[in-house]
Amino acid sequence: MGSMILVTNDDFSVDEVLRKIRNKRTGAIVSFVGVVREDDSGRKIKMLEMETYKGMAEKELSDLKDKAMEKYDLEEVTIIHRIGSLSPGDNIVLIAVASGHRKEAFAGAEFLIDELKKVVPLWKKEILEDGEVWVEGGH
Amino acid sequence: MKVRVKLFASYREIVGQSDMVLELRDGATVQMLVDCLKNRYERLGSLTDVIIASVNKKYARDDVVLSEGDEVALLPPVSGG
Repeated sequence: MGSMILVTNDDFSVDEVLRKIRNKRTGAIVSFVGVVREDDSGRKIKMLEMETYKGMAEKELSDLKDKAMEKYDLEEVTIIHRIGSLSPGDNIVLIAVASGHRKEAFAGAEFLIDELKKVVPLWKKEILEDGEVWVEGGH
Repeated sequence: MKVRVKLFASYREIVGQSDMVLELRDGATVQMLVDCLKNRYERLGSLTDVIIASVNKKYARDDVVLSEGDEVALLPPVSGG
């Protein structure tokens, strides 16, 4: 399967992605999994609602993948981001990176999650015990 | 000319709809479209000075000139991950 970009309502299997991302040149695989916290700055979270701009999100993720592959000399990159209703403990995002060596894999994975949070059109609404709030990060 | 406007997250809730068609004069820019919506929806104007936009699913500067049929989206600060 190699590289993959996916924005989906469904949960993902980290094991399956890590099994499929490797090839004969792979010497290192780094994965990052973002998970719904129960608490955000003292606010008790009941649910998250994730919204996306379908089409543009995939395009931005694909551009980031290309940038990371070139910048860090990566072999494969898979990014899966969930949308819809998520509960504390649920997976939100998976970044998996395969490369020849560990330094590139760590750096590539960090670059991808940092940039994802800045540019990919995804929005998070926290459903709290006593109301709801859109989380507004950065552009 | 007519352009299609898409609104997301907090902007969608302020405006009360996720999709609309706007009639603009030929040569109108992203900035003009944003100003037009800020005037129409006061809370959008008071919420933030700068509104980030995309044209046909690519981030666009506010001086980009729009064409008939373009899809313009107003994008609140993103919060994925």
